[in-house]
Amino acid sequence: MNRLAFTLAALLAAAPAFAQDANDTSAAKLIAQYSAEAGITASAEAGKAFFLANQTGGGADTPSCTSCHTADPKAMGQARTGKPIEPMALSVNPKRFTDTAFVNKWFGRNCDSVLGRECTPAEKANVLAYYSSL
Amino acid sequence: MKRLIAPLALALAALPFAALAQERMAPVTDPATLTDCTECHMAFPAGFLPARSWQAVMSDLKNHFGENATISEESRLKITAYLVANAADAGALSARASSRILTGITADMTPLRISDLPWWKREHNGEVSQAEWDRAKSPANCVACHRDAERGFFGD
Repeated sequence: MNRLAFTLAALLAAAPAFAQDANDTSAAKLIAQYSAEAGITASAEAGKAFFLANQTGGGADTPSCTSCHTADPKAMGQARTGKPIEPMALSVNPKRFTDTAFVNKWFGRNCDSVLGRECTPAEKANVLAYYSSL
Repeated sequence: MKRLIAPLALALAALPFAALAQERMAPVTDPATLTDCTECHMAFPAGFLPARSWQAVMSDLKNHFGENATISEESRLKITAYLVANAADAGALSARASSRILTGITADMTPLRISDLPWWKREHNGEVSQAEWDRAKSPANCVACHRDAERGFFGD
């Protein structure tokens, strides 16, 4: 029984790890989609500037993407709660941007936390181009 | 002799449990709660806050301690129901555990942070060094020091 409970707990604990496994999209597809929406050509340079910038309008503790993701997208980040965040750069974390629901959820939350609004399609296209370029 | 051994063995066997009982809180078992609440922090046991606190926390996820932590409405309702049903004042805890958690919390108070509760402060203030706080980064990071927190053990 104990072993069953433990296995069950382990499975449940592992569940969030599978949250990004829908595999129904990719960074390339999303860049194409956001770029078309915005009518721009995605720019890794602009994405880098956006990622590193100090923003206004969001929460006092999260003025920038770097507040949690650090200035190096290839590195592990850390939430304000102390919980580690997997890297954003696709070269070190190819699972990123493979689950539409996950991407929408976190852009929704984090753009609001940092900017106090939704990110524009252009901002999303650029920052994804940046993550893909590293 | 035998008559003496049995009660003695019983007393000794009960000792560690008496100590443990203070440091144990049933971990979250609800799948919806585990899925959504563990994305940024461990799923804090429902027994650490009264029902009205969980209701307050779960009704303002857009401003969740400085973060937007919105989830689907379906999940929000499910999780709220679970947390409320297993809250510190919901009857799921022993009367002793419940009164310990709620010490100093009157009916007109709705604490939003477990770390605002007097028992929590008493357990942590003075005992945790600055280096330990720096390492944990946040009082929300129970597992930084309590390695088995996710399984419900909060011993030192």
